[in-house]
Amino acid sequence: MREHDAMAPGILGKKIGMTQFFDEDGHVVPVTVLQAGPCAVIQRKTAGKDGYEAIQVGLVDFLREKLVNKPARGHFAKAGVEPMRFLREFRLEDGSSDWKPGDRILAEQFRPAERVDVIGVSKGKGFQGVVKRHNFRGGRATHGSMFHRAPGSIGQSAYPSKVFKGQRLPGRMGGKRVTVRGLEIVEVRPDDNMILVRGAVPGARGGFVAIRRAR
Amino acid sequence: MQNAILEKIDQAHSKPSVPQLEPGDQIRVHVRIKEGEKERIQIFEGILLARNNSGIRETITVRKVSFGQGVERIFPLHSPIVAKIDVVKRNRVRRAKLYYLRKLKGKAARLKERARR
Repeated sequence: MREHDAMAPGILGKKIGMTQFFDEDGHVVPVTVLQAGPCAVIQRKTAGKDGYEAIQVGLVDFLREKLVNKPARGHFAKAGVEPMRFLREFRLEDGSSDWKPGDRILAEQFRPAERVDVIGVSKGKGFQGVVKRHNFRGGRATHGSMFHRAPGSIGQSAYPSKVFKGQRLPGRMGGKRVTVRGLEIVEVRPDDNMILVRGAVPGARGGFVAIRRAR
Repeated sequence: MQNAILEKIDQAHSKPSVPQLEPGDQIRVHVRIKEGEKERIQIFEGILLARNNSGIRETITVRKVSFGQGVERIFPLHSPIVAKIDVVKRNRVRRAKLYYLRKLKGKAARLKERARR
């Protein structure tokens, strides 16, 4: 597997956790530590064949053999890479660069002060009411109030006589794909495959994230 | 902190050495102050009331009485603002947080120096 020197459109990783530093002026910089890569390109998608330009990338990680079914094994064998658990695609600007299956993407291909978007799955909050889920204000707690955290009216009677689609109601919260855009890379530690970004990133520690170069 | 990787990263950003500080110590904190372009050092001397948090987040609460008015400052130990810390005196205290000193003044707020080991 060769290393690729063109600008990688993104890299996959794992959220390790958060900590903080001080800058020269003594201000605290909150950072999220992301284990980024090593990644391998598994498939090149082209406009001619797939309708769009992209690379499919996998995060190199140990995976037990019995977890890989035959179709997947074939897919990885075709690229000449070991099986991986976490695969994502990154779009390529049309005609850009010559990525080939088997190319590596490493943390060191990113530089401090660059901006990235981080895509992850937010922490699941379970079935939540409307106050937590949609930031409704709720009612008064005391002084005879009988209206606390209920959603209130969800529509009128004679007309329209139905509840409009998209009405915000209680339900499952979190556990969804969330993109945080424009995070600044604070530090890159190539020896540890670590990228440190300023600010928070969706998901729990140990969760998989995709790190995409911000446009 | 539980994570070895985080610990390693914190260590790279921590100060190489911080003097051993204990609650009750009379300390002098050398504070970097920026005034426009110039930078100077101001000294804040007082009693170390408490150490809070751990690792790179660790802070110390220092109390002094200035013109009869109690003043407390909280310093992040690993901040570059804190240039240096000198221990002037070590006092014998029996708890980790000395918040009770806030209510005492004058003679009652004194601490006894610790016998040298």
